[in-house]
Amino acid sequence: MLRITCPYCGSRNESEFLFGGPVGTERPDPNTTSDADWIEYLTVKPNPLGPVQERWWHARGCGEWLTIWRDTRTHDIVEAPNDTE
Amino acid sequence: MTQNNRLTSGGRINRNRTVNFRFNGKPYKGFEGDTLASALIANGVSVTARSFKYHRPRGIVGQGVEEPASLVELEGSDASGNCPITTVKIHEGLGAKSVNCWPSPEFDLGGINQLFTKFLPAGFYYKTFKWPNWHMFEPSIRRAAGLAGAPAMPPAEGHFEARHAHAEVLIAGAGPAGLMAALIAGRSGKRVFLADEGTEAGGSLLSRNLTIDGLPAMRWVADTVAELTAMENVTHIQNATVWAYREHNLMIVNERQPNGKSVLERSWRVRADQVICATGAIERAMVFTNNDRPGSMMASAVQSYVNRYAALPGKKAVIFTNNNSAYAVAADMAAAGISIEAIVDSRKNVPSDVTGLVTGMKVLKGHVVTAAKGHKRVKSVVVSSISGNGSQTIKCDLIAQSGGWNPAVHLFSQSRGTLKFDEDIASFVPDVPAQPTLSVGAANGEMTLAQALSSGAEAGAQVSGGASTETPKTNDAPYAIEPLWRVEAKGPKGKAFLDIQNDVSVDDVHLALREGYTNVEHVKRYTTGGMGIDQGKTGNINIIGTVALQKGVDLQDVGTTTFRSPYTPVSFGAIGGLREESVLFPYRHTPITEWNHANGAFMYEAGARWRRPGYFPRKGESFQETVNREASTVREKVGVYDGSPLGTFELKGRDVGKFLDFIYTNVMSNLKPGNGRYGLMLSEDGLILDDGVTFRLDENRWMVSTSTGHADAMNMHMEELLQTEFPDWEVMITTVTSQWNNATICGPKARDVMEALGTDIDLSPENFKFMSLRDGTVGGIPARVVRVSFTGELSFEVNVAPRHMRELWQKVMEAGAQFGIEAIGSEANHVLRVEKGFLSLGHEVDGTADAYDLNMGWVMSKKKPDYLGKRSVALRRSSGKTRRELVGLLPEDPNRAIPEGAPLTPGGRKEATEGLTTACVWSVVQNRWVGLALLENGHARHGEIAHVRLKDGTIPAKITAPVFHDPAGELLRS
Repeated sequence: MLRITCPYCGSRNESEFLFGGPVGTERPDPNTTSDADWIEYLTVKPNPLGPVQERWWHARGCGEWLTIWRDTRTHDIVEAPNDTE
Repeated sequence: MTQNNRLTSGGRINRNRTVNFRFNGKPYKGFEGDTLASALIANGVSVTARSFKYHRPRGIVGQGVEEPASLVELEGSDASGNCPITTVKIHEGLGAKSVNCWPSPEFDLGGINQLFTKFLPAGFYYKTFKWPNWHMFEPSIRRAAGLAGAPAMPPAEGHFEARHAHAEVLIAGAGPAGLMAALIAGRSGKRVFLADEGTEAGGSLLSRNLTIDGLPAMRWVADTVAELTAMENVTHIQNATVWAYREHNLMIVNERQPNGKSVLERSWRVRADQVICATGAIERAMVFTNNDRPGSMMASAVQSYVNRYAALPGKKAVIFTNNNSAYAVAADMAAAGISIEAIVDSRKNVPSDVTGLVTGMKVLKGHVVTAAKGHKRVKSVVVSSISGNGSQTIKCDLIAQSGGWNPAVHLFSQSRGTLKFDEDIASFVPDVPAQPTLSVGAANGEMTLAQALSSGAEAGAQVSGGASTETPKTNDAPYAIEPLWRVEAKGPKGKAFLDIQNDVSVDDVHLALREGYTNVEHVKRYTTGGMGIDQGKTGNINIIGTVALQKGVDLQDVGTTTFRSPYTPVSFGAIGGLREESVLFPYRHTPITEWNHANGAFMYEAGARWRRPGYFPRKGESFQETVNREASTVREKVGVYDGSPLGTFELKGRDVGKFLDFIYTNVMSNLKPGNGRYGLMLSEDGLILDDGVTFRLDENRWMVSTSTGHADAMNMHMEELLQTEFPDWEVMITTVTSQWNNATICGPKARDVMEALGTDIDLSPENFKFMSLRDGTVGGIPARVVRVSFTGELSFEVNVAPRHMRELWQKVMEAGAQFGIEAIGSEANHVLRVEKGFLSLGHEVDGTADAYDLNMGWVMSKKKPDYLGKRSVALRRSSGKTRRELVGLLPEDPNRAIPEGAPLTPGGRKEATEGLTTACVWSVVQNRWVGLALLENGHARHGEIAHVRLKDGTIPAKITAPVFHDPAGELLRS
């Protein structure tokens, strides 16, 4: 069970959160993007060996949706990698 | 039977308290403080089990959680399966029986398997029972190899519970290293959590005759425990196994019977800043022929029975060792009166530190035991030099074996710390930790008492930010070992076991290697070595050694299999704790639950844990008669139901209209205050998430209703979009499901009932239209009245605050009496919605159908350039594939019901289905069974006959439009 830091409530047990999945690519404009790109957007989610950005919902807490970087090898919650903002 | 093998004095047992217990049906006596194993040894019972595969007779091998051979099933109120015999404390009235044998371990019919051992090699079942498939044979094989069954009943008394704790330092193990670490950390003021699996603290000191600073070591233990008990910052629990080391230093501890019988087991989840693993070491077996015979025990176990329990496991013993630790055991055994026939040491050079302990005993250096003889009890051993010369037979009834010591690195390894092979102790020790953890004492490969105490003190000081000054003096001999992974000298033929519990022998591992299973993880799975309830605590490293010898590589390169939790078996009850369904998900009730009960409602859950009335049977009515009566009442007169559980949200803010336009398929933003609209919500992949009605209350306030069962998911959905996609949109969501309760009055006489109730709202159809709402008073109660309809009839949903619900309900029943009003349940509601062809999530909306399939293309906005799911629906429909579309079904025989969920096939033939029946009810307006179905190309097939295919025949049914009542919708608008 992870410890996740909520910006409002501080460090809390994972059991207070619901997993919202990895953060994928930006939603393309549905009126201009190609079918292939739309399908890619819908179906291909990041699943790296290493840091992944993901969303959690503090459902049994303040209700905040938050974003963390988690290293899938160690479960450590890490700083955002340098090449991203 | 009396305790013939009990010493007259000594041991940590209470001789004043005799305990009566039964084992395999026979009565025995033991003392308070005994385990089932020690009590049986004291009673001279030597065959306590039969083995898993070959049903060989087995005895007691170990003294604690490492016990590989004897599992018992507890009976009566203790009912529990597969308990290691060494971990069961005896108490008055305890009943236990051996697993894996019938009728008894002494005379076991399954023992016939021993004759066929040649034909039961590793992988035998996989190789043999392949045709036609494994699953045909599996049940009978599982039964033959059966361990104990699960208890049939929940515990008669007591309960399981869970606790959370936070600690600055968690220490696993209260042996010398753990106690010392706790003492130093505790003195510094740290919040310490010390958990130990034994009945009392002390670890190995409980079983050994050692001194600390010139006094008996247990005196030091008692003093230390007393000092820890006095510290308010220290929590010290016994009978508590730290069985899992999870991410972010979460430790799970299973504490057994903390308050006697009232709490069976308590599961602790402890979040620790720092963990200290003081888990000790586990002695490993020697690998020689027939090393599994009853009477062949771990040396440390023999020492424990002699010293701690004052019970003698034999009279004439041979010690077989490759390391120093067995010499102190021999000395203790001799002191207790056991005749040491020989100490067989595979090392040619034995350090004089330890030979001094056994002056006068026969020590055969550079020798090995090649085989044990005897069947139900060891009768003798065959000994030769390590190269196989000079075979001799030594009579004995006990073998005390020590193949060395394996640090209990289980927790450290679970935390993903890496291990390295340490040549000095010939075993794996912790290397690089992955979480804030320290290993001390034998768990870290520091095998003597002096090392344990000093490493415990150092760790305690380190976590407290100080330095250790503790260096107690001890009399423990130094440790040295020359590994012997298996006896290679030729002796009598037979099986040499690596994993006694799963009957895995050296031959099996060799076979696995020959057949290409060379990775240690593959060897484990192919042979099942280390996969028993003991998880190979005495045997695994020998398997690795055997693989290394055979492959000619180092143990480091073979590596260990992965250590996973739990360290020892944990009951499901402890894991679940109090999180049993009714506690974790309590039922939800509306304020008229009591009224429902008083009026004979049959209550059940109807989504999201809401208890709702299914129907209100009257005396002498059948289920169908009740439902028909309730449905007819609504169609002909007037009914009322409690619609409170429907998910309801209030959305407030400047951008709500824009937001609703994005999450609904149709346009909501142009609604006028007081008006509402039905809508569909899709997910981004174009599937229907939910449907419901949205009303605009005023410029910036809206009310959104969702399906009862989907309210939580919709809340998550909306919040996620608002917080992650549109953080700058001004929309606030408030759940108001429980802030509004309602009585929904429906039927042709609904307006009459409303008028009889008395209201200041103009109810005329011109001024209060369908799909609009009005605030006012009803029967003197402040109310919001909404004109929606889930039944197809004229309906007024009267919403009030929960505190007014019972009063409103009472008034509705009184005012409606003259019109014949009746309360109706979910069953009648289901009939009414099917007659109208209204959708139900989970029935028609099944995760594959889209709005067009459901005749609801009108709800898909063409004007809006974008909304959730639009592109995906268009993409899916552009493929031109055949769709399953919503239709009505009229069985040709009007009295023939179609089972809900029944498949439709072309012509009723045994072919791929072309659809399924989503609902079928007795229609009170049609006076026949009517159904709804999703059917391939259904829209174009109205008038044709479809066929429901059942096991025992087909039901032909006419395909119609999915509306059986008031197709034009005049009634609900009336």
